[in-house]
Amino acid sequence: MEAQYWWIIGGVLFVLLNTAAGLIWLERRMLALWQDRYGPNRAGPFGILIVLADTLKLFFKEDWIPPFADKVVFVFAPAVVVASVLMAFAVVPFGPGIVVADMNIGVLFFLAMSSLGVYSIVLGGWASNNKYALLGAMRGASQMISYEVFMGLALMGPVILSGTFNLSGIVEAQRGMWYIFPQLLGFVIFFIAGIAETHRLPFDIPEAESELVAGFHSEYSGMKFGMFFIGEYLGITLISSMIVTLYFGGWLGPAFLPGVIWFVLKTFVFIMVFILLRASMPRPRYDQLMEYGWKVLFPLSLLNLLGTAAVKLFIDK
Amino acid sequence: MGTAFYIAAAVAVLSTIMVITRYNIMHALLYFNVSMLSVAVVFYLYGAPFMAALELIVYAGAIMVLIIFFVMMLNLGSQTAGEERSWMTPGVWIGPSVLCLVLLAELVYLMVQPADTGAEIKVVDPKEVGKSLFGPYMLAVELAGMLLMAGIVGAYHLGRQKKKIVHRFLENSPS
Repeated sequence: MEAQYWWIIGGVLFVLLNTAAGLIWLERRMLALWQDRYGPNRAGPFGILIVLADTLKLFFKEDWIPPFADKVVFVFAPAVVVASVLMAFAVVPFGPGIVVADMNIGVLFFLAMSSLGVYSIVLGGWASNNKYALLGAMRGASQMISYEVFMGLALMGPVILSGTFNLSGIVEAQRGMWYIFPQLLGFVIFFIAGIAETHRLPFDIPEAESELVAGFHSEYSGMKFGMFFIGEYLGITLISSMIVTLYFGGWLGPAFLPGVIWFVLKTFVFIMVFILLRASMPRPRYDQLMEYGWKVLFPLSLLNLLGTAAVKLFIDK
Repeated sequence: MGTAFYIAAAVAVLSTIMVITRYNIMHALLYFNVSMLSVAVVFYLYGAPFMAALELIVYAGAIMVLIIFFVMMLNLGSQTAGEERSWMTPGVWIGPSVLCLVLLAELVYLMVQPADTGAEIKVVDPKEVGKSLFGPYMLAVELAGMLLMAGIVGAYHLGRQKKKIVHRFLENSPS
């Protein structure tokens, strides 16, 4: 039991960190494909060694802390995003029995960790002591706090249907039907909130490079910037695997492949959707984003919650 | 279980002391956050996982972010830290320490009393929390809902804006 446990933790960490690194290459190749060019194709087979080159480049860059920055917080901020996302993976069931912590508050734990992730942006922007970074941090904080609300409300749909906060329990409850069918609206809201939560391209307003230099990480260089970078890819992987777990039946699938493989395949489909969104969508204005959230998504998610609860009560009666 | 509790409790106490003694308000707030995280660990260890999750989501994840957000906007530099330092003279500590000593004496007195029943740790799962919230404590939930509604209406009133006309060509156009 003990040994198996450590194997799971080690395996999950190994796979996740490699996935996050591999996504650097995957994203560039895919963006290139969708924009009708080649992308990195020189180093190694299909250019996959670009990951190594990028990492080496990051390590050899000057790791500079600006003299006007708050040093401790400046160093602490990039670690928060990676740590909180990796912690959130502790509750994700990758396959039957392959989960680090099978808690009965799994969904809430995921929400808690994603809300702690806000600190990396806020602290990074504040500690840089730079007006662009501060503006980025301000936008990031308000965007992430707002979208967390709808994310939580949308998550309650699967929770009501399955009657448990435990993610393995939610997957098991989808044996008859994936929750994408009864919870289509909830899925769409969760997906949009997930993009905003990872501040990926349609909603990358905290870093908006065409107006804010690089937003909250303007002052970061070297491996500290790398941590933000890896944190973003880990965030994409986390949101994709949560979508798969909550709405697409997690590890469930036809029996000719083991559960873990199904999970990975489904997750990669959503990672691809994230990359496709980046390749195809323009960035909205900040006030448009907030209005869209509070005036459209918020009422919709409340309606979804109300409807789901009513139908569930009706059927149970 | 015991070791984990003592570690979490020690972190909570130390970080709370750091909250009080920091001159830089941002650092104080961060230590306050650490203190709340460790309290969440204590909740989790003693059979209240739901409470622990709420502590993280609501206090550490939402309220503290908002407070830090406002402090960030105030742009308190090193000058404020200096002011803070000049206020924290040793004389200031006398009053609070006397009061704390009284509390500590009470705590020690209670701890040396023979333990009464040795209550078992019972894990309260989220379902039970929900049942008691919407059962015996229904009234409190409704009252909290009304309070929040008043807050939302107030926030809407304060944040309401007149429609701004951005261009003179649009002034006479039917809206």
